[in-house]
Amino acid sequence: MSSKLVDAKNLKKSFGEFVAVDNINLSVQRGEVVGFLGPNGAGKSTTMKMLTGFLEPDSGDILINDIDLKSEPLKAKEFIGYLPEGAPSYSDMDVSEFLSFVGKMRGIDNNKLLNTRLDEMANQINLKEVWDRPIETLSKGFKRRVGIAQALIHDPDILILDEPTDGLDPNQKHEMRKLIRAISNNKAIVISTHILEEVEAVCSRAIIIANGKLLANETPENLGNNLIQENILSVTTTNKINNAMLKDIKSTLNNENVKVEPLGETSSKILINQENKIININKIITQLNKHKITVTEANVLKPNLDEIFRKITQNNKVTDKWI
Amino acid sequence: MGTYLNKIYIIFDRELKGYFRTPLASIFLLVFLALSSGMTFFLGRFFERDQADLTAFFSWHPWLFLILMPAIGMRLWAEERRSGTIELLITLPVTNTQLVIGKFFASWIFTLIALVLSMPIWITVNYLGDPDNNVILISYIGSWLMAGAFLALTSCLSTLTKNQVIAFIISSISGFILIMAGFSLILSAVRSWAPIWITETIGSMSFLSHFSRIQMGVFDLNTLIFFVTIIILCLWINIQLVQLKKAD
Repeated sequence: MSSKLVDAKNLKKSFGEFVAVDNINLSVQRGEVVGFLGPNGAGKSTTMKMLTGFLEPDSGDILINDIDLKSEPLKAKEFIGYLPEGAPSYSDMDVSEFLSFVGKMRGIDNNKLLNTRLDEMANQINLKEVWDRPIETLSKGFKRRVGIAQALIHDPDILILDEPTDGLDPNQKHEMRKLIRAISNNKAIVISTHILEEVEAVCSRAIIIANGKLLANETPENLGNNLIQENILSVTTTNKINNAMLKDIKSTLNNENVKVEPLGETSSKILINQENKIININKIITQLNKHKITVTEANVLKPNLDEIFRKITQNNKVTDKWI
Repeated sequence: MGTYLNKIYIIFDRELKGYFRTPLASIFLLVFLALSSGMTFFLGRFFERDQADLTAFFSWHPWLFLILMPAIGMRLWAEERRSGTIELLITLPVTNTQLVIGKFFASWIFTLIALVLSMPIWITVNYLGDPDNNVILISYIGSWLMAGAFLALTSCLSTLTKNQVIAFIISSISGFILIMAGFSLILSAVRSWAPIWITETIGSMSFLSHFSRIQMGVFDLNTLIFFVTIIILCLWINIQLVQLKKAD
């Protein structure tokens, strides 16, 4: 028994001439939350549709808890909870009816167990107040929660969520992330998202795909360290820095990668890119003091995920509009 | 096997209750009962015929079903595709065959409810005279079988589109062709150029000629096989189409 709950190898899928997914390998272990990032049309949803058995890959294998999805689809699907893009549901049904329908279809045939799970969903996902209301009368936030609840009703080992926080307000997003974190210990979770802060907030690993190809597969922290060779110190000074001073600073620091941004009339911000070298703040401040530059603030700037994402996907000639 | 049938039942149950969740069920039942009795009494001249049978009632069924069965069946797959719930269904541990059968039976049983509700007309004819109840029972069974064939055709065609109205129109047109296949006007037009076996094949495909035999109380194996074959064939194509069109 391998520890990988999801193990996909060499997945390929084309629609006519268009290659949607091009040789993607992906594995997710229990306890991991994998964030799936990519521009629109990158192949995120197609990959998720293949992992859940909605679409058949043109080639490649998918093992769900060591079960081959192609040869034993019904058995493999039992381990998966899936929230499709847009959280579709039967709008004419009540929330309780809908969840009970999905629960029964998922094989919960014991009424007592089904009722226990329904109660847990009502409490855990905060659905009590809309429990007996038709889904069509619910707000977008509640509809999304109903979608999450139907994915969780059978307490699956694997959870695949296509844009779970799309359309939610900031409070609801926060709640949803809290929920994902809370249930992530004993599950393998894959979420796709446009929101990069979500990856930092909930994911233990980030996967970036564009044009159907996998471009990065790292922890969110390593994504920055390995993919962007930047190590920037931002220093705020009480002096106005002119070109001559900048030249002096560059030669003192022995670094050509120094930029100055004026901050009002009397102060400036100096951005020093140390690239791979370790930043020694004290040394730099001492050197700046030699030029009679008074430092009031110094910060090490970490590359943010937005920049990393843009850089990675643009390097791969992604022309799609994204986010 | 138990689990297999249980899944079909869960799908069936959701779908059948779905008809009653909206006003669709009551509107349909009202329209069916109003039209079938209206046609029987006014167009079929039930009283003037002065005969204790239900020929005037059943002879309108092919034409009623031509409109009403597509109205029941048009949502079966078109709506799943439009709303995206097809993705939910297919990723459940269930086969396409179970889904198609469960949905079809829901619509078919709904039609049975409509036919059962028309029973007062049976009671009336028994009160007024002494009809051959065997013929009436056979006609009811035949009518339900024919409804099944219309519904299977509609279910199959509703997989082709996300739009219920389009599903309705193409199902009605296809149903019309199947009814008209037995009309002598069509047959004589075909007979003038086609070999006799083609003419006979087209004639034997007609819902109308099969149903008129049933109305006379003749329920032969041919007719049973005809309607059951149409149902199975359409559902088989339906299953293939779900697989093919699910992601479009």
